[in-house]
Amino acid sequence: MPDYSWPPMEKRRVIGKPTRRLDGGLKASGKAKYASDFTQKDLLFGALLTSPHAHARVTSIDTSAAEKLPGVTALRVIATPGTEVMWTGQEIAAVSANTEEIAKDATRKIKVEYEVMPHLVREEDLAKAGARVKAAGEQTKGDPDKAFQEAEVVSEGSYGIPVITHCCLESHGQAIGWKGDHVEFFPSTQNVSGIGGDLSNTLKIPPTNVHVHMDNVGGGFGSKFASDRWGIEAAQLSKQSGGRPVKLFLDRASELLIGGNRPSGFAKVKVAAKKDGTITAWDSTSWSTGGVGGGGAPPIPYVFDIPNQRKSHSAVSTNCGGARAWRAPNHQQACYLTLTAIEDLAAKLKMDPVEVLYKNADLTQRAEVYRAQLRQGQELIDWKKLWHERGDSGSGTVKRGLGVALHTWGGGGHNSQCRTNIHPDGTVEVELGSQDLGTGTRTIITMVAAETLGLPLGAITLKIGDNALPPSGPSGGSTTVGGVSSSTRKSTVNALAKLFEAVAPSLGAPADQLEAVDGRIQVQGNSSKSLTWKAACQKLGVAKISEMGENNQRNPGGLNSSGVGGVQMADVSVDTETGIVRINKIVAVQDIGLVINPKTAESQIHGACIMGICAALMEERVMDQQTGRMLNPDMEFYKLAGIGDVGEIIAHLDMTPEHDKRGVVGLGEPPAISLITAIANATANAIGVRVPDVPLTPDRVLAALERRNA
Amino acid sequence: MSSKKDPDNPKKPRPAFSRRSFIQGVGVGTGALGSGLLETVAHTAPTDGKFAGPGVVPITLRINGKPINLSVEPRVTLIDALRNSLDSTGAKKVCDRATCGACTVIMDGKVVYSCTVLAIDAQGKDIQTIEGISQNGKLHPVSVAFVNNDAQQCGYCTPGFVMAVKGFLDKHPHPTMDDVEKGLGGNLCRCGTYVGVRKAALEAAKEMRGGRNA
Repeated sequence: MPDYSWPPMEKRRVIGKPTRRLDGGLKASGKAKYASDFTQKDLLFGALLTSPHAHARVTSIDTSAAEKLPGVTALRVIATPGTEVMWTGQEIAAVSANTEEIAKDATRKIKVEYEVMPHLVREEDLAKAGARVKAAGEQTKGDPDKAFQEAEVVSEGSYGIPVITHCCLESHGQAIGWKGDHVEFFPSTQNVSGIGGDLSNTLKIPPTNVHVHMDNVGGGFGSKFASDRWGIEAAQLSKQSGGRPVKLFLDRASELLIGGNRPSGFAKVKVAAKKDGTITAWDSTSWSTGGVGGGGAPPIPYVFDIPNQRKSHSAVSTNCGGARAWRAPNHQQACYLTLTAIEDLAAKLKMDPVEVLYKNADLTQRAEVYRAQLRQGQELIDWKKLWHERGDSGSGTVKRGLGVALHTWGGGGHNSQCRTNIHPDGTVEVELGSQDLGTGTRTIITMVAAETLGLPLGAITLKIGDNALPPSGPSGGSTTVGGVSSSTRKSTVNALAKLFEAVAPSLGAPADQLEAVDGRIQVQGNSSKSLTWKAACQKLGVAKISEMGENNQRNPGGLNSSGVGGVQMADVSVDTETGIVRINKIVAVQDIGLVINPKTAESQIHGACIMGICAALMEERVMDQQTGRMLNPDMEFYKLAGIGDVGEIIAHLDMTPEHDKRGVVGLGEPPAISLITAIANATANAIGVRVPDVPLTPDRVLAALERRNA
Repeated sequence: MSSKKDPDNPKKPRPAFSRRSFIQGVGVGTGALGSGLLETVAHTAPTDGKFAGPGVVPITLRINGKPINLSVEPRVTLIDALRNSLDSTGAKKVCDRATCGACTVIMDGKVVYSCTVLAIDAQGKDIQTIEGISQNGKLHPVSVAFVNNDAQQCGYCTPGFVMAVKGFLDKHPHPTMDDVEKGLGGNLCRCGTYVGVRKAALEAAKEMRGGRNA
């Protein structure tokens, strides 16, 4: 079997070198095309009518006025009379028309009568949720009763982390049209190879009749895998309009209502410890909602496998749009509910929380990694100089504090196939049905191919974003980089072996003694016996080389692996008169295995930290129990951080031989997990009291200060 | 240079800073009053007392120096006219309510949110879009700086951000980091590319002061 292993660190020419993203120029000049940019002469525009009620039954629907509107080409009723609508924003009808304005006018002319039914849209008070609560039962481990009796210190607290939305800047949607019994599908998706099969099942056509193409996606974060109701309806509208393509993207309000969200997490927690900081017991009652279906239990206590535990979780069914995977599903919640409680325990012990985490690292699966990262983080944020005991932050009105949290993630590579074609004229094509979410996937695939083939990046033509290409997994769970780098490595090694066979006679050496270096094929270590790449490819005659490579997620062969740890720290200032929390500095220390492109890897960490700042300080889906509606379904009041809100961010990549030998590990999720908690802990450290629920909005901070002073 | 069409209120400090510095002043998030403030920047006074429509009306827009004739309903915004009628899809429609800046274009030298400008009101103005700032296939220094500093991920906010940076630097060629943070407070990114954008803005300022493509 050929040797697919990564070249040794010191021999790499391309991998590990900070490299500008290859599609950067297209994006920064507005030329990069997204599904929502799709245009065609006969393009139609689609629009959805959605429910204004959180829970209701449709009693009648009259579409006659809408259908008569000039320019309307098709109209579909989704919620027929008798349908029970379960959340605000649920799809009622869909329209296609010659212009976007007419399509929207038409939805306004549809008359729907509802019988309004009782709803529940808020879950933070479990006592008010009544019959909508579904308890998952109690789990115990060890002997929690005995451990709490024997505990030297017990800390108790309540903590909450709300539902937030994905708020992708390119909303969910697609352009879609028919050519005979074939569908041309241009979705905004994280799942180029898989989304066509999903659609074909619903449309009852063979999967091979759906052609999917996507060059770029304007954000997904876990919410864009399926063809969705709007994809199916757009396909049907197109069919009813003679196959003309229909572009239907959610408007901003719908994007926030039904485009996906992260489940909430609430808990009452008790943690016990010895006086020296050794954690001995955990007790939690937790609940969450992810919409009508309830919500999954976050894995608490997070990272620390505390020897004695009692925990019970309840799922609350609410009349809200459904949850979707949100960058590191369940981990942000689990991290928040656990590491806030441990920070409060440390404060009660009057210990430095870094030392509490350090001391208990043996309860984790990667004690040495975390211990090293805690020390590294301390150094980078100047912890020893700046940290103080909780609340001991001077006499001014602006208080400064530090906080820490840590996280873990998998990130092994998904199934991926790659094809490499080497043509007699020397051109090289690398083909995968993958997608670049903005993580830099195009760039890292090209880097791997260039490394293997001894060519410059510009000599590789990469084709991704089409389901006619060899299939690659969906981009979720940080699985892409491991999958596509491994399949590309194997495919290019296989293709190069064929090229060696073709040129071996001319170089008078066996194929297995050739190497590809600096645009030449040469006898190993002997540059005098060589051919240029182009001359070597001419030896192929008229036949191109076309070789596959595959990553099997169950057997990655050492090219990629799973399982990382990371530590994040925050330095914040809190104005105790206004309640505003400001970020001074963030430090993110991340273990990520072999790093292909440090430049885009750093950007991933910076971005993940900024998302953490948004979720810690601003982001929240605010539901109104009176009306059942979301109060902030826009970007004015669904707040994201701006460029002046993020402070200094330091991303530290653990690029060591020891980590490198584990192969490639995904990076999308891990740095997006623990910063929310670190910021909340820093705020408690600054103001001397826990603000139980994030986001740390001024009202919540001021309320906590008032409770402290009462 | 000011003219009768320039609605700048002399009481307002530093026009190009107005909405952004205000938004920054609000502190957390992008501010409840952002859109209200924008109107003073983007809105043009009615000209001749006539009204247009209903129905499609012919208009002429001067985009990147070229007059372009098109027919749109009077209610159509500039972003929709660009994207739906002119196949000029660099500017993106994201919030559609003058909050996020993805639709940013430069109109008569001012950075505006094209989702909150009516296409008919944009007649007679010089409209510069992302497509117009590259010259002879050569990227504008702001775009180059975005690539150099990896100031983009999914890239959907990027064209608007590039235009906002260009408009900002045109008026503030010697910005500090603090100026950059204030001046660019009117654009939002979901992937979190601000670290790169800050660096890119400072690098582009330096490059543009060098005189090339300024």
